[in-house]
Formats: sequence, structure tokens, C-alpha cells
Amino acid sequence: MDKNEIKAFIAKRCAKELKDGDVVNLGIGLPTMIPGFLPEGVDLVIHAELGIVGAGATPKEGDANYDPYHVVDAGGNVASVAFGGGFIDSATNFGLIRGGHVDACFLGALEVDQEGNLANWIIPGKRMPGMGGAMDLCVGARNCIVCMEHTAKGNPKILEKCRLPLTASHCVKKIITEMCVLEVTENGLLMTEINPEFTVDQVKAATAAPITVSENLKSMID
Amino acid sequence: MAKKPVITAAEAAKMIPDGATIMCGGFLGCGQALAIVKELVKLGTKDLTLIANDMGRAVGPKGEEFFGIAELIHNHQVKRVIATHVGMTPEVGEQMNAGTLEVNLIPQGSMAECIRAGGAGLGGVLTPVGVDTLIEESPLCLGKQEIDGKQYLLMKPIHADFALLGTYKCDEAGNCWYKGTMRNFNTVMATAADVVIAETEYLVPVGEIEPENIHTYGMCVDYIVEGERK
Repeated sequence: MDKNEIKAFIAKRCAKELKDGDVVNLGIGLPTMIPGFLPEGVDLVIHAELGIVGAGATPKEGDANYDPYHVVDAGGNVASVAFGGGFIDSATNFGLIRGGHVDACFLGALEVDQEGNLANWIIPGKRMPGMGGAMDLCVGARNCIVCMEHTAKGNPKILEKCRLPLTASHCVKKIITEMCVLEVTENGLLMTEINPEFTVDQVKAATAAPITVSENLKSMID
Repeated sequence: MAKKPVITAAEAAKMIPDGATIMCGGFLGCGQALAIVKELVKLGTKDLTLIANDMGRAVGPKGEEFFGIAELIHNHQVKRVIATHVGMTPEVGEQMNAGTLEVNLIPQGSMAECIRAGGAGLGGVLTPVGVDTLIEESPLCLGKQEIDGKQYLLMKPIHADFALLGTYKCDEAGNCWYKGTMRNFNTVMATAADVVIAETEYLVPVGEIEPENIHTYGMCVDYIVEGERK
């Protein structure tokens, strides 16, 4: 699989986590591909931290709702509100996030560990873009799912213990990569699904934390 | 309803002295007082502390060079920044590494709530966000507290000398309405500064904004500036 195929594969698997009516926040990059893989009849309320509850499709230049100065997403790209959606101010919006009104957030990671700790906002001395709304989402969303490539240039990103400064502790419930699906349990990482292109040993070799293989290990592909 | 003074963007900028603390509404420039910021750049007002979600954008939505408060950073007019994300203005990182700019990053929800507290007479905010992270060491964090077995950080309220709002419609009494995602931090910032200046794309007669749809109440606004229509 090339980079784009890997991203699409992960996004497609993430889409299976969602059911009709879920309120979902999607991080930048890969997570924004998830709505493209939703089964028929699954309609989400897309939550955008900039202030949209029920975001719509990305408008193109020339569309009636193309308004890059007044309706944008957290990446600064032009956005839209879905029919029935609404705009909201930041204080109320983050009250909804912290208050557990967002069903799921999908986001990438620099590192994630067997305790569900997540690091994705700073590389000290190198990059410090900031956490934006990520800390609030990880703490507040009812289900925090990391979706990412299993390794970075061959180096494990799934660790026993995160080394980078945390975004939030004990927040990640599930990790979805091109290799497998891992659940974060009290006893560490449990592999519940595997991509049949890989062996269990290959997954373990690419992971710097112990993995327990579920007795009911399934294929990631239907 | 008493009318609020309408001043020019240049007059608004002149009210802000060197060393002032300014809250700037807006998210990547959407909902920002762009005309007043341009005038602050022209004046070269120095040693500012900016409180805003982000520091605007080095490149605007239609390729503009600088969009919003990014220009104040590039012009070296800022000594301290309180923000949640500065990735769209790499210059912030460069000045920080050079030791000329202090940057305090805090979570977006905590920032909104600390400003809300600052404008709502509260002594602080207890939030679970930031526990076990570098936020515990932030100058805006006063410590940790356990309530019913759960850990919270006590965050300081945020208040400023000036708040610059970026609104779509403002009536002559200062009531404001924001289009789309412009509202973001503007509504809380309107309550949390000594002097609040609402820049607007459309200055309209009182009554044009329905009473049910007023996002910022005129009672919070001290001055109105007519800005550029986008």
C-alpha cells in the first residue's frame, strides 16, 4: 500500500466505529477522510472546534456557501454548516466537549502508549505548534480513538510509555493502524483485529509495547 | 438605546499604548478586527501582550501577505503571547527560540473558560484538561485539586486592557451579530476587558439585529469601528 492507500484503509476501518447520529470530532489529515467511508444510512453530526455543530461538505469556489472569510474550519480552510447544523461560540462549544456531549474524537499521534496516554502536540526544541483543542477533546470526548500509521519511518509510535510531553493521560480507548486494531485495556494492549497482509509477529515487531492477542482475533477486512 | 461612539480604525489603534494587553477575537483571522490591527502595525505600538486563540495567518485565505495579528508578530511589536495554537505563524516559534517572545500555550477550552471567568467575576476555573501535562507548569495554572476523586487544574481568570472584536453586523447601540464561525472567542472577550472595541463589516440601525439574535450585547461595547467588508 502507498501512503494514500494506507490512510484510506485506516479511515475506512475507523468509519466502522460510528453509528447514525453520533457527534464526532475529526482531527486534521487522515481523520477528515472518515466520512467518505460511512455506510449508507449513517449520518454524523460533525463537530468542529472553531464553532460548528453539524459541519457540512467543503464548499468549492463558486458555490453559494463558499465564504472563506466567515465560515472556516480549525485548519483555516473554507467550511460549511450542514442543513440543520449551527454555529456556536468557543466557550459553549468547549463546554460541550468537556461535558461529554461529543461521542468520539479521532486524532493522530506522535506517540501513544499501553496505558492510553497520548502525545501529539509538541516536540520540545523542534516543533511547538500548540495543542489547540486536542487536550480538551482527549479528556472530554466519550471515546478517543487514535488513527495513524503504525510506525514513523519504521520507528514504533506505540510504546510502553510516551516519552514526549502528553496531550492527555489515560484517554485513548482504541488505536487503529494499517496493521491492526488495538484496544487499550487495564491489562495493556489487546489486539482484536489484524490486517491479513501482516503476521502477528510483524505487528509485535513494529510495536514497542507488549501486545496480547485476542482469542477472537478478526480480520480488519470483511 | 444610547448610541455608542463610532470611531475610525486609526483612532481606535491610537487609544492602545505601548505595553498594553489586548484580547483579539478571531480564529485564524476569521472574526478578527483586521482594520484596527492594520493601524496598530502602522503605528508600531510596542511590547504588546496578545491573548488570542492563534496568531493569525502568515498567508490569508486568498493569498494575502499576513492575515490578522500575524503582522504584529512579524513586525516585532509583541512581547508575550497567550494562545492555543501558533502553527500557522512560524514566526512565533522563531521569535520564541530567539528569546524575544514569551509564548504561553493553553488548551483552547481552558482559554475560552478562563476569559469567560475573567468577564464573569469568577476567581478561577477548575478543569480536568491539562492534568498530567506541561499545563501544570503554566503561569496560568495555580495548582491541582481533587474533587470527588477526580483531578482538576485551577486556572487563573484572564482579563485584558483592550478587547478587539471582529463582528459582521453591529448596530449603533453596539449590539453585535457574527456570521458563520466569526463568533468563536469574541463573545467571551467582549466581557473581559477594560475597553472593548467592536470592528464591524456592517454598521446597522438599532433594531436590525433581532433581540433574540444578539450575540454580544451593546452594554459590553465601548466603541464601534467600521471595517472592511469581506
